Amino acid sequence: MSRDAHPPTDARRRAAGGGQGRRGRRGRALEGAERGPGAKQPGNGGGARSPRVSRMASAPTSKYNSHSLENESIKRTSRDGVNRDLSETVPRLPGETRITDKEVIYICPFNGPIKGRVYITNYRLYLRSLETDSALILDVPLGVISRIEKMGGATSRGENSYGLDITCKDMRNLRFALKQEGHSRRDMFDILTRYAFPLAHSLPIFAFLNEEKFNVDGWTVYNPVEEYRRQGLPNHHWRITFINKCYELCDTYPALLVVPYRASDDDLRRVATFRSRNRIPVLSWIHPENKTVIVRCSQPLVGMSGKRNKDDEKYLDVIRETNRQISKLTIYDARPNVNAVANKATGGGYESDDAYHNAELFFLDIHNIHVMRESLKKVKDIVYPNVEESHWLSSLESTHWLEHIKLVLTGAIQVADKVSSGKSSVLVHCSDGWDRTAQLTSLAMLMLDSFYRSIEGFEILVQKEWISFGHKFASRIGHGDKNHADADRSPIFLQFIDCVWQMSKQFPTAFEFNERFLITILDHLYSCRFGTFLYNCESARERQKVTERTVSLWSLINSNKDKFKNPFYTKEINRVLYPVASMRHLELWVNYYIRWNPRIKQQQPNPVEQRYVELLALRDEYIQRLEELQLAGSAKLAEPSTSPAGPSPMMPHVHTHF
Amino acid sequence: MLGKGVVGGGGGTKAPKPSFVSYVRPEEIHTNEKEVTEKEVTLHLLPGEQLLCEASTVLKYVQEDSCQRGIYGKLVCTDFKIAFLGDDDSALDNDETQFKNKVIGENDITLHCVDQIYGVFDEKKKTLFGQLKKYPEKLIIHCKDLRVFHFCLRYTKEEEVKRIVSGIIHHTQAPKLLKRLFLFSYAAAAQNHAATDPRNHTVMFDTLKDWCWELERTKGSVKYKAVSVNEGYKVCERLPAYFVVPTPLPEEDLSRFQGHGIPLWCWSCHNGCALLKMSALPKKEQDDGLSQMQKSFLDGIYKTIHRPPYEIVKTEDLSSNFLSLQDIQTAYSKFKQLFLIDNSTEFWDTDIKWFSLLESSSWLDIIRRCLKKAIEITECLEAQNVNVLLLEENASDLCCLVSSLVQVMMDPHCRTRIGFQSLVQKEWIMGGHSFLDRCNHLRQSDKEEVPVFLLFLDCVWQLVHQHPPAFDFTETYLTVLSDSLYIPIFSTFFFNSPHQKDNVHQRQLSLPLTQSKSSPKRGFFREETDHLIKNLLGKRISKLINSSDELHDNLREFYDSWHSKPTDYHGLLLPHIEGPEIKVWAQRYLRWIPEAQILGGGRAATVSKLLEMMEEVERLQEKIDARPHGQGALLAEAPLLLRGSARLSALFPFALLQRHPSKPVLPTSGWKALGDEEDLAKREDEFVDLGDV
Repeated sequence: MSRDAHPPTDARRRAAGGGQGRRGRRGRALEGAERGPGAKQPGNGGGARSPRVSRMASAPTSKYNSHSLENESIKRTSRDGVNRDLSETVPRLPGETRITDKEVIYICPFNGPIKGRVYITNYRLYLRSLETDSALILDVPLGVISRIEKMGGATSRGENSYGLDITCKDMRNLRFALKQEGHSRRDMFDILTRYAFPLAHSLPIFAFLNEEKFNVDGWTVYNPVEEYRRQGLPNHHWRITFINKCYELCDTYPALLVVPYRASDDDLRRVATFRSRNRIPVLSWIHPENKTVIVRCSQPLVGMSGKRNKDDEKYLDVIRETNRQISKLTIYDARPNVNAVANKATGGGYESDDAYHNAELFFLDIHNIHVMRESLKKVKDIVYPNVEESHWLSSLESTHWLEHIKLVLTGAIQVADKVSSGKSSVLVHCSDGWDRTAQLTSLAMLMLDSFYRSIEGFEILVQKEWISFGHKFASRIGHGDKNHADADRSPIFLQFIDCVWQMSKQFPTAFEFNERFLITILDHLYSCRFGTFLYNCESARERQKVTERTVSLWSLINSNKDKFKNPFYTKEINRVLYPVASMRHLELWVNYYIRWNPRIKQQQPNPVEQRYVELLALRDEYIQRLEELQLAGSAKLAEPSTSPAGPSPMMPHVHTHF
Repeated sequence: MLGKGVVGGGGGTKAPKPSFVSYVRPEEIHTNEKEVTEKEVTLHLLPGEQLLCEASTVLKYVQEDSCQRGIYGKLVCTDFKIAFLGDDDSALDNDETQFKNKVIGENDITLHCVDQIYGVFDEKKKTLFGQLKKYPEKLIIHCKDLRVFHFCLRYTKEEEVKRIVSGIIHHTQAPKLLKRLFLFSYAAAAQNHAATDPRNHTVMFDTLKDWCWELERTKGSVKYKAVSVNEGYKVCERLPAYFVVPTPLPEEDLSRFQGHGIPLWCWSCHNGCALLKMSALPKKEQDDGLSQMQKSFLDGIYKTIHRPPYEIVKTEDLSSNFLSLQDIQTAYSKFKQLFLIDNSTEFWDTDIKWFSLLESSSWLDIIRRCLKKAIEITECLEAQNVNVLLLEENASDLCCLVSSLVQVMMDPHCRTRIGFQSLVQKEWIMGGHSFLDRCNHLRQSDKEEVPVFLLFLDCVWQLVHQHPPAFDFTETYLTVLSDSLYIPIFSTFFFNSPHQKDNVHQRQLSLPLTQSKSSPKRGFFREETDHLIKNLLGKRISKLINSSDELHDNLREFYDSWHSKPTDYHGLLLPHIEGPEIKVWAQRYLRWIPEAQILGGGRAATVSKLLEMMEEVERLQEKIDARPHGQGALLAEAPLLLRGSARLSALFPFALLQRHPSKPVLPTSGWKALGDEEDLAKREDEFVDLGDV
């Protein structure tokens, strides 16, 4: 694969670079240096070849560092020779090929114009400062690019007024000024457009070219059968059905579904006709004790005429009865009331009282994808490039972003509370059941089930409620698509991760993962380096053989778990976590939304956390010393009766509360 | 074992319950068992405290799961506090009350802590003051520490209602005489107490030696001298008996204008630059001759301090182009209203507009401006090598605030507990901050009531919050300190000047706790909590920094460059002052609001984990140390400090836990208009007609 990709690259460079022999040689030399580890397939983990292997093993780590949290760090301290040598190389993933490089002026919004060399590959844009007093490095996966614009014309005057303005999906813009003579800008524009928006040029998304190898296979993390078994399913009331094996019942649902035992496959087919896009009510989660369930679906197709469907009504009643409760089934319609009503005009609607006697309907007032998109745009306006100074709080309020977060959290709390208290089972839908519904079910599950608060548990949650149930990642993010103004784009998943962050902030000991884990997920939501978030639904992913042809993000994370662990994590089974959905406790996620601003950058890592990690290490050291002492002591005494005081009672004690 | 404690919570696990001491005086320490079994229906009186009036069958409302519950009891008013003696002892059995204020019970309000009293007449809330014609059916008390109490008097005898309501109003709102402060009755009754603590590290600055020591410590003694010219307050009653001035300053100058116009030394920087303060000369516009005299006097002073070895002095006039006391007062009175919340509905109604309400109070902006001013001055001293002279009318409000803030940022010693207390003693107590007037302890003038000291504590809190490892104390310490402003058994914050304090002292009114400054933290919580107050992270802070940075003439550059470097917690410390970085001091302001409690969360959760780990490491250390001597000695599990940390409130150790831990709080208010986004809101997610699906 990588060999195939090279000839066009070389040809391009010859064409673009022309007679600049010096640059060409240098580029080639670098490439050669990079080829070494790239050509060697890593992951076979032999200890004998440790230097090379270890370098490979650490590669994902440094990738992470360089293009997210520590990006754009400006270190004034001069580096020593060794460091400089290392920094001369441009990072490259296996399968990543060099396209071009160019001298540009990066117009840094914080530190002014900086002369640098930009390297473009089929995966990233990498810029290194050529100025001696700045060690600035930009490492941007092309996948985060939302829009590329030319600024200034051939006749533009003024310094640095001619160049490219790149809008990114991760809350920043990049500006490069180029020389007006030659076609330097056109080349860069064309190349960037081509590789940032491969779909428009019939090119593959980078994830299909990525040849990274990890010692863990992230694709095996989620196995629906296993996950349902963990929940105690199937049981007397719920069965696993393969009716959607070929995605014939519903093309945006997963192949495997959990439905009431008493509903036949024919029932399901009939219900499907009455639910928008055939997204029938199916089980998401069951309470281990009181057996109430969270069920998700899309809106019923009531329409203007107020159509009814006996099968659907009966089906909901069957769901209600599964936990042998006499109470009504609670339906949470995520939308504001007016929107639900308005949906009737386009054939949708909601469950009316007279049709569904045994159900109670509540609206959760969460707004649609367009409102969320505009809200995030406003957030960007007040934080990038400069943080709104004088009226920070009212500006923040005017974005409504935290207000939306509050409503999503409030809705999820209501779902979780209903189920946890055993009052009734809950059915959640919005319009199509793939945006707000996914937010609500997954957040409620996170509150109810401590399993999802572990690293793998959270991966399973995302894999299940978002990826397999057809949150339209491709449309919402626009992977490789040039249509930046597409109305289908919306930061719904980001909003969900923000809610998770708010929860982890309120409960700093309840999650196994740290902030970096969440930021990494968001970075790769856009990067297109992994196949995890590609495509809109499982059927499309299967058609494209995503699991065979791409690497999973969870491979990167799970092979390097320590980096993503929260040292304060205390496993507490059966603890329901209710965040406080009050503006008094909700905060703008500064470390994500304002991370590009060097003035705002918070201390990494958090000093309290660092101190705790030191203490943990100290504890482990003491325990080890104690064991050694005890071994020595018992050897000296040669008396087995002293062993009860030995390490065995100590060890479980120490480990239980972590 | 540990895990069990956490999960089990209040269950059957009978781990040794950390005992608490409910009271301040060592001679009255109760054992924990007695305290728990005894129903709190008896009134505990402090030595010298007298019961003034009482009323029975008063119903105290308790906010619980967004509905209200009542507890019957007795409402009493003494010359020290208002107290409610309820029948309800369920709160006492809770684990959460293991940390309890020793002086002020959950249902105690010191008279000085009362902010506003409202009466409810026919569902209408009215402020109560003066003589009442009609007595309310409900009494609402807003406290200065932001607690809100609701007492229903409907079932109380009319006679008793009259007595208690007018008693409370009189004793909390009527102007008082200084000598009537409870401070004095307490001191007379508890006299033997004062001398019991021999070790007192806080420098009180009430002797010449203390000032010399401080000069020595900051290497300021070359250019500055401590003087005793004001011994017995001969020169001026505003100034302390001893203070420090530039060495060449002639002593006769000091008495020229009663200490006005004299540069007083606050602190010296490692590079020799000093922070000075000066109270402005009294303005006498009509008399040209006098103002001429003043002018030449000042010229002389400025010449002295501009001559070598002082070189350049930059004057910062805090009276003219900085905050006014009026600004601070207005801001805080708006700000505090955001936390004095009567019920759940009010909480959620204000929640939607929270950020704009917060902004319109300007309190956070005022904090920002104070921090910014302190950074500016720090930059002058540190980077420009310029002396700074703070100028203010009396040099006793913003001067205290700015100079102590600069010292906290520049001098790591001030970030230790002892150092911080010494700093408060030096800049605020000896600096003549009028605590009596600023806190309106005597209820003589609302106009004078300005929370300057609280503003200072809030600024320090921002620093503690942003850089916890740089401090030897935690936010809990600051919160307790802020509470002690209203507890009249500590004399520290109850006088306008050292002269006033010494003067009443001479008039036979003995004062308690002459080592006053150290008392609040010592008396409030039992030892276990000391862990919490003492910062675990603060390592030994040894000496002043000696790094000599390159010169910047630009504040921004100074600020940016500091923040771009890794933080040296034992060196210069600057706050972040961008909008998102200035936060609400949740522990102090939100602690009593049930809706705002995060159970098992917040910083308390990580701090308690940290504490547990420290204890475990210590225990292991002991085991290792004990190993060579007595082999195999099984150490008993030390009692866990914070049992069931999962159930602690994020605002521990203060919050009243009246919420059911397994129930969520649900916002009750609706959605605010989206304004220009209405169009979008009406749009469908997907532009697909579902009609024929």
